[in-house]
Parts: sequence; structure tokens; C-alpha cells
Amino acid sequence: MNIYLKALLYLHDRIDLNKNRMLQTPIYLDNNATTPMDPRVLEEMLPYFNRSFGNAASRNHSFGWTAEEAVDIARERVAKLINASPKEIIFTSGATESDNLAIKGVFEMYAAKGNHVITVTTEHKAVLDSCKHIEKNGGRVTYLSPDSQGMITLDQIREAITPETILITIMYGNNEIGVLQDIPAIGKLARENNILFHTDATQAVGKIPVDVEADHIDLMSFSAHKMYGPKGVGALYVRRRNPRVKVTAQMDGGGHERGMRSGTLNVPGIVGFGKSCEIAMNEMAEESKKLSAMRDRLERELLTMEEAYVNGNPEHRLPHVTNISFKFVEGEGLMMGVKDIAVSSGSACTSASLEPSYVLKSLGLDDDLAHSSLRFGLGRFTTDEEIDFAIDHVKTAVNKLREMSPLWEMFKDGIDLKSVEWQEH
Amino acid sequence: MKSNLYRAYLDNAATTPMDERVIEAMTAVMRETFGNPSSTHSFGRNAKGVLETARKKISSLIGAESKEILFTSGGTEADNIAIRSSVRDLGIKHIITSPLEHKAVLSTAEEMDASGDASLHLVRVDNKGHIDYDHLSELATSYPGALISLMHANNEIGTLLDVDRVKEIAAANNCLFHCDTVQTMGHYPIDVKTFGADFLTCSAHKLSGPKGSGFLYIKNGLRIHPMITGGGQERNLRAGTENITGIVGLAKALELAYQELGEELKRISDFKQEMVSLLKTEIPGIEFNGDITANGALYTVLNCALPPTEKNALLLFQLDMAGVCVSGGSACNSGAAKGSHVLNAIGADPDRQAVRFSFGRFTTMADIRHAVDSLKVILKSETVQA
Repeated sequence: MNIYLKALLYLHDRIDLNKNRMLQTPIYLDNNATTPMDPRVLEEMLPYFNRSFGNAASRNHSFGWTAEEAVDIARERVAKLINASPKEIIFTSGATESDNLAIKGVFEMYAAKGNHVITVTTEHKAVLDSCKHIEKNGGRVTYLSPDSQGMITLDQIREAITPETILITIMYGNNEIGVLQDIPAIGKLARENNILFHTDATQAVGKIPVDVEADHIDLMSFSAHKMYGPKGVGALYVRRRNPRVKVTAQMDGGGHERGMRSGTLNVPGIVGFGKSCEIAMNEMAEESKKLSAMRDRLERELLTMEEAYVNGNPEHRLPHVTNISFKFVEGEGLMMGVKDIAVSSGSACTSASLEPSYVLKSLGLDDDLAHSSLRFGLGRFTTDEEIDFAIDHVKTAVNKLREMSPLWEMFKDGIDLKSVEWQEH
Repeated sequence: MKSNLYRAYLDNAATTPMDERVIEAMTAVMRETFGNPSSTHSFGRNAKGVLETARKKISSLIGAESKEILFTSGGTEADNIAIRSSVRDLGIKHIITSPLEHKAVLSTAEEMDASGDASLHLVRVDNKGHIDYDHLSELATSYPGALISLMHANNEIGTLLDVDRVKEIAAANNCLFHCDTVQTMGHYPIDVKTFGADFLTCSAHKLSGPKGSGFLYIKNGLRIHPMITGGGQERNLRAGTENITGIVGLAKALELAYQELGEELKRISDFKQEMVSLLKTEIPGIEFNGDITANGALYTVLNCALPPTEKNALLLFQLDMAGVCVSGGSACNSGAAKGSHVLNAIGADPDRQAVRFSFGRFTTMADIRHAVDSLKVILKSETVQA
């Protein structure tokens, strides 16, 4: 059977499934780690696999031109979503590469101007590790600590600025707790001080309105697979005017992407990215309203339990995320107990190890409480029934674990656990 | 109008159409295994399983161990990692390469030289694109412990490297050997145990796989640090959520290529020889860039040097109008006004028009005939259309 026919049949099956499907477990509530692809995105990508499959850099034939045109359209769609111009979009293999290119690229390009970078301890590892890399290469980095709700203040940034500061890099929406920093004000502050401003907006773009002009952003990383697009494709926004920003390429080669990122363009991936941006643009307002209502209901219900706390500032938060700590529950037991929902206890990138989340620790949580936290990331395909199930499932698991916990018993008996002297065995 | 036109895609060295079986494997992953392989829940574990199965498949095809395969966003990134980490992490102070390399190697080596991190030494080449192996040996003797980076087959003219000689020279002088196998992986039965390189580069979209996916083979024991940092994926060698869809496509494409290698090699080699004789008969004065003997060049690439005529200026355009999709140089440089660095380096006659025909899994003899016929018609036509 023709591959297109098959794919389309699948797409229609899937759309139908979404309408009438029975509740299937496990329920996916980890949309901050990655999102399922929207069938409309896949449909847009398919022709570029084996019909319009050209290399966008081929200038001598129609296959090349068709591919180039598809990339141009996608670039416009991506740019439009963030109010940028298409020429300001550099396609990469994903947000991690974009973060690397922005931070290392600025550090190398502006070495003559200074060597100081300001960031925050709750950034994604892609930013923190890039900062560590520049420290090894003669750079100086200030890591600001957020308050207990994950927020940093303009004063903290102001105090950290030195004449050597070339870059402020602060994420738009946090991947673990969803906290939104005051990006427009930070951007303005950076601009006033003639310092470049980079933001990792991987979790925010496509979920809430992000406007590089209004937000005074000079460089911005984001990726397709966090917004129902394909894995392996992302972008770095690089401002072209007021000021014109340049980054040193981290990969050399054919000089693609205005010399900033060499390598044959991933045409189908880019087309998919463009489609995800277009869908986000059209549906964001409604979708975020729907998701925040679901998220609020989930949160409200879970907080009816004793000793459950929301991590991060509830006022400044992405609409689809909540991170909740359940006191007196053992972390590993919790993850095992909620196995019918797919959630994360830290960011996906560090969750392979059993280290407590450094983001939660930055907020002042102790190791135990950090371990007994769950991150819920709702998404486009989350349903009310799934939220009902999740509420019930988490409540049951937490209650069961607490029933078995001597600490919970002591707490219920009114014993102040801090005053207890533990005997070594 | 366009739909009636017979189109012969003969630019498979630039990129290839994906095989339907690859698309099927990928769409299955998109719908069933969308998880992030780093997530600990079942969606993540399933994705991790799919990822590692793909790695195992690829490594067994090329005789490597799973841990020797580092997935990248493509050939350019893999080339960059091989060269940059050799310099940064493996104490390489000298890079020996050729002026015929792909820009991903050449520009990176030049960048290392410009920054003062390593010195660049270019080995001499002859007018067929063969390396001067005596000169290579001299350079390696002068700079023992250097990195030798030479491509297995040239992407523009197809000339093949004598891998065994390079391997011996590298071993004798304690050099590391990086081989850019972007044009040959899946076209020849490469087994790392006999091949003898320390690094090999592969890109999926050159072998009917997806764009945006490739790998670097890194020989066991070479300890490098990541170029892209932040997340610990790929055993801490390359941060970023794994493109499992692309990786599954890569594994499937390589598997198919190895399965069908024998037949394809024979089929396409015959096409190429047939095309050479057709062109010699139909186009008086035609010459060829690079080595065109059966064992001297990649069987999927044929680079012609057409006699000087005023028609050459619009030749590629007219070929496209006639439904023949070819390239003048490599795709990566085809936007540049200056000529091909490869053709310049082998001293090709600048007055002759270079046309690269490159073949793939979906090339048919009808495509070849259509290309030769169209070329003949265009060159014989009285007027040049502006």
C-alpha cells in the first residue's frame, strides 16, 4: 500500500481515537519532557521524506528549490510565532544545541568586550553546562539564586552586572516548576546596560505569547518536540537589528544558516517545526485557557491532601505545569506508586540518576522533599477524564505510602520531627 | 506541465529520497514511541529501548561495539566532533588532511589552525584526486601523532582513498585516522575491525535515510568530551534529547543498505559504466573529472567535464528544464559563486563545465538514458535560450 495512504489512514484513526478513546494507562502527563507529535504536523512532513526530498542547498534543480522554499515557509512560520523576522531564525538540532551556540558563541564573539555572564542556578543543564564550559575557558559566571518560589529580582541582576558583563542568560519558563521570570523587564535592563540577553524559552514558546521585540530578547533557544513537533529540530533566534547580534559558529562546514550553523538542513523536521508553530499560533489562546483550567483543578484537588505544597510561584507560571511536593512520602515509593501516570520527579535530563532535583534544591527544599515531588506537565492531548484519573491515582498512592510511614504516624501524633534524636543503628 | 515532465534525479550525492521502509519505521516510532529516552516512566523506557536497539543494529552492521556509536545531527556535526575533540581532548597538535575534503572537515581544520590550537598540513593530490601517499607518509613522519583526516570517497568526483595505505601510514607514525565515510557508508561493506580508522562519519540522508541524523564511530578507548554540553545523553558525549525517530530511520536505512549492498553495487556500477560509454559516444570531446576506473572511484558518482562552449553558462538550468537534476559541485557549496574547491585543487580545466551525476537506490537505466539524451539535445541546439 502507498505509504501516504497508510499514513493518512493512521492519522484519521488517531483523530478518531482521540475523540472516543477509552482511558488508556499509563496516562502521559510529562509534556515538559517531550510531547507526542500532532498528526497535522506529521501530515505536513510526509511529502518531504520521499517526494520533495531535495537538499535545500542544491541550487541547480527543482528538488533543491522546492526544499528551500519549504524551509523558507517554515522559517516564516517560526519567526511569526515569536514576532521575529525570518532571517533571525537559525535552525539547529534542538534547544540544547541552541543554548550551546548562544552562550559559547557569544562568549567567543564578544571576547574583546568582556568575559562575564550572569545566569540563574535553576537554568536547564544545557545552559549551566555551557556556562561551566566558558568558565574553563577564562570566563566568569555569576549564578543568581532564586527565592523560595523560584523568582529572581531585577535588583539581583543589577547588582551582578559589571563592566565586563557581556551576556545575561535566564530562562523564560522553568522546565521543572514552570515559573516564569519577568522576561520583558530583564530584557529591558540588559538593553539599558548594553548587555546581550539570551533566554532559553523551550518550555514557553508555543504555550504562551513570546514576543522578542516586546521582551527585548537578543537570543532565544526553543525546540519543536516540546510543542508537538518532531525531535531533532530546534532554533536559535539571533537578533539582526538594534542591536545586530553575532555568534561564533560552533560547527564549521558548508556555511549554512548564514554561517552560524553548518550542516544539511533537516527539511522534513523544519517543515514539521513550522507547522507546529503555526498550530500553536492559532490555538494557543484557547489551549492555554483549557490547560490552565485542568491544571488548576488537578492542583486544587491534590492540595486538599494534608502536607502537600506547590513548588514555584503560582502567580507567574506556565499554564500547563504544576510541581507538587508530598511531605512524609518516600520518593522512590512515590514514583512506583503512581506508575499508571507518566510524570517526572525531576527534569527528564537528570532523572536517569537518583539525584534530587537541583532546581527544587535551589528553592530551599531538602533532599527528601525534593525526592517526593512530582512534576505534572499537561498537554494538547490531555483530557478531563485523564485528570480525574490522575487525581484519584495520586491521592491513593500518597495515602497508601503515608499509611506505611512511621514518620507520618509521628507527625499525626503531633511529634515535632525536628526535635527527635535519631539513634544510629 | 510539471507533472508531465519526466524527472531523472541524479543528485544522490547531495541527498537521497527516503526509502518507504524507512518512512514506515519512523512513522511507527512517531506514533508509538514518542517518549523522551531520559524519562524514567514507561514512555521514556520504551523510547530508550528503541534507541539502544537502533544503536546495536548499527554497531553490529559495521562490526563495532554499541558504545562506539555516537549519534549526531548529521555528517557535519560528526566531522566537527572528530576533529575538534581530537585537538581539544586527545592532545592533537597537527592535522593532516587534503584540499579535497568536504567543507565540514576542511573548514574545521582551518578553524583549528587559525585559532592556533593545531597546525594544518595539506597533503598533495594528483589530477585524478588521488592522495600522494609518499607525501602523506612524509607528513606523518614529520608530525608523528597527528590526526589524519581523509575522506573515503570524494563527494564531487568520487575518487576513492586507499584506506589500507593510510591505515599503515597512520599506524607507523602513531597517528589517529578519521575517515569521512559519508559517501561510502552503506555503499561498501565497511567493517571497523578491518577498516582501521579511529573515527568514521556517517549521515543518514545520503543512504535513503532521514535528514538530521547521523553518527560518529569513535574507536573504543578514545576518551573525548562533549562538544554540545548539558544533559548527559549519549553517555555524556552529546547533550540534547535524542532524535529517536531520526535514529531509527538511520538504523533502518543502514540495515537496508547492507542487505542490498551486493546487488546495488553491481547494478549501479553497470549503470555508471554504461553512462560513461554513452556519453563518450554521444558527446564529442567529453572528459571526466577524477578517476573513472571501476576500482578507483565511488560507483555512485560520475563527474563530467564538458568541452568549452557558450552553452555551458546555462547548462545546469537547461538540464533542470529537461527534467535532469544534477549538480555542478557539492550541494553545500553550490550557492557560492566561486568554483568548486575540489576541481580547483585537482587542476581541472576551468573552461570546461563540470556536471556531477550521482546515482542511488531509485536510479534506473531510463534515468541515465534520459540524462544523456537531454545533454545531447541541449549541446546540439542552435540557440541558447536566455
